[in-house]
Amino acid sequence: MTETLFLNARLIDPASGRNELGALLVRDGRIEAIGDGAKAAATSRADRVDLAGHLLCPGLVDMMAFKAEPAACLAGGITTVALMPDAGRPIDTDAAVEHVTGRRDGVRVLAYGAATRGLAGQEMAEMGLMHAAGAVGFSDGRRAIGDARVMRRVLSYAARFDALVVQHCEDPALANGGVMNEGATATRLGLAGIPAAAETILAEREARLTELSGGRCHLGQVTAAETLDVVRRAKARGVRLTCGVSPHHLTLNETAVGDYRTFAKLSPPLRDEADRAACAAAVADGTVDVIVSVHDPQDEEDKRLPFSEAAPGAVGAEALLALALALYHKGEADLVTVLRCLTSRPAELLGLAAGRLVEGAPADLVVIDLDAPWRIDKTALKGVTKNTPHDGLPVQGRVRRTLVAGETLYQA
Amino acid sequence: MTETADPFVFPARAMIDAPGGDPFPHKHLLGIAGLKPEEIRFLLQTANSYVEHNRQALKHKPTLAGLTQINLFFENSTRTMMSFDIAGKRLGMDTVSMTGEASSVRKGETLLDTAQTLNAMRPDVLVVRHRQSGAVALLAQKVDGAVINAGDGWHEHPTQALLDALTILRHKGRIEGLEVAICGDVAHSRVARSNIYLLNALGAYPRLVAPPTLMPAHAERLGASVHTDMAEGLDGADVVMMLRLQRERMDGAFVPSEREYFTFYGLTEDKLALAKPDALVMHPGPMNRGVEIATAVADLPGRSVVEAQVEMGVAVRMACLDVLTRHARAAKGAGQ
Repeated sequence: MTETLFLNARLIDPASGRNELGALLVRDGRIEAIGDGAKAAATSRADRVDLAGHLLCPGLVDMMAFKAEPAACLAGGITTVALMPDAGRPIDTDAAVEHVTGRRDGVRVLAYGAATRGLAGQEMAEMGLMHAAGAVGFSDGRRAIGDARVMRRVLSYAARFDALVVQHCEDPALANGGVMNEGATATRLGLAGIPAAAETILAEREARLTELSGGRCHLGQVTAAETLDVVRRAKARGVRLTCGVSPHHLTLNETAVGDYRTFAKLSPPLRDEADRAACAAAVADGTVDVIVSVHDPQDEEDKRLPFSEAAPGAVGAEALLALALALYHKGEADLVTVLRCLTSRPAELLGLAAGRLVEGAPADLVVIDLDAPWRIDKTALKGVTKNTPHDGLPVQGRVRRTLVAGETLYQA
Repeated sequence: MTETADPFVFPARAMIDAPGGDPFPHKHLLGIAGLKPEEIRFLLQTANSYVEHNRQALKHKPTLAGLTQINLFFENSTRTMMSFDIAGKRLGMDTVSMTGEASSVRKGETLLDTAQTLNAMRPDVLVVRHRQSGAVALLAQKVDGAVINAGDGWHEHPTQALLDALTILRHKGRIEGLEVAICGDVAHSRVARSNIYLLNALGAYPRLVAPPTLMPAHAERLGASVHTDMAEGLDGADVVMMLRLQRERMDGAFVPSEREYFTFYGLTEDKLALAKPDALVMHPGPMNRGVEIATAVADLPGRSVVEAQVEMGVAVRMACLDVLTRHARAAKGAGQ
């Protein structure tokens, strides 16, 4: 029997709203007791760890990553990560789902199945068989399903399993050829733009199709103020439409592209400051359901190219928490709300038991030093590639320890 | 309906009507919708009387001798057309068949022109199948003889529903109160629609089972419970009617693959075990074995009544020809 008793922890469980100083006992990989009873339940052989008031929260659940890099995840406090189906070879069969799903260096890795065959947006993939094999949802990854009829059928079919369909929210025809946000900056730089309307139009369409099909649709990343209004209205009507936002879009705007900085080339693109502020406000008011890393490592060779030819994408796993906490530190959202977007809400959308502090649940936990200042340094990143648009950015809030199933896999 | 020793003794409305009341006051048989329960029972009763007749060595009963039947099949179907052809011939009719390929529609003639041309040849009965819903009713407006809908698009296939009902009646002794699961491509199925109407008219409880992509919108408004989970839909059913799923619908547009369809909606012995122990297995044919129905179930002795359905088909079609030509025969004095 192994036992660890965390003392002097600020226990935060976003699902229940718990936010109090106390103790938590981990026994044999599970949460044995929380709060008052924890000390009494501990035996004399328990390891006692004084957290000195640091936060003790459920491990983060990252529901959108294009690569599972365990070292980066653990350093970022992520204990469960859901891989998009176009992470590598398309995940479009039950065998592929089973192959990807499992523990990787301790981190729990889950997979989305392809919504359409070969991610081509035309014919439905074998969603039922993939669901039975453990797929957490369905998506075409970086590509939007453009055909409304196909999307309707995918939503209807997935509704049979109450499975989530994650859509890359960008009208493919409108976005085609664009490389950054359409606006004055793009015009000055001479780059082809993607209008925010490309996102808003598709969000409105998905709201209607979700309503029609009775399914569940999740807009992977929302970036524009107008889109958030669409989501807000849909939710008010009771439509099961949810959305996520990346830490990049919460902390940066299109000026990060500066003079053709390809590390700030993202898909969907960084928008203007009003949009960024609207995303932050939407986290605060609950319109945004989840904050996702969109961890997408790209080789230097794919980034050191003319802006239009460079690959979009940035790493995000390691700095996910610190960048999300910027909302709290800047007073844009309260702490429990931010943490909910990183733990219980994504778990809920994927139908996972993870993401909450419950007695008996696997002890997937993270210890956070909420105010610790540090600077994102791309050379210190744990991942294989270093394509972060945040290099040099000072942030607050550091992961001190990450546990999966009671085992400490990261400590700093 | 109270159970009687003979399931074909219905409290027929004809008995309540004034003497001489017409038990089937329709010129055409275009669908089940719109027929009264006693009219459906009258057709079933008549059909049942032909079943024994058809089992005799000498099957010829030239009641309709001298009448002309044209089978006009714009959409190909060997089985249904043969069934109508045999039915007509057994009753002594002169039958002529015209199929999609041979038809003048291919040469650009409109449906109504074809109808008028054929009408000029004075057929007494036109048996029509067409791929467009409503096309048979349109054609019926332009002809003098009786029209039997042998299937129009996704709309109706009344003789199929009647032969299904006759099969159920002869095996179960009743229709009222039975739970009948109709499984498969409901969205594109005229068989499902006709069966829903008929089962409702006779007091059974139809249930529809299909993946959401093959379930038509507001299907519950037709008078059936709607299930996307097959286990739920089959639970305690008295009859399991499988529908044919066309292969071109399994290429990802409506269903991801045959493999997935069979896994979730194929009728296997395991799934059939959820229905009542004596539940009947039906299929309008032709079957896709291994897609919507496992071979073991398709051939299950005592449970699968697929062959009986084909046999009942001839009797039902004879009944329809008989009933729909009564007025014509009375006028002409034919076969009286």
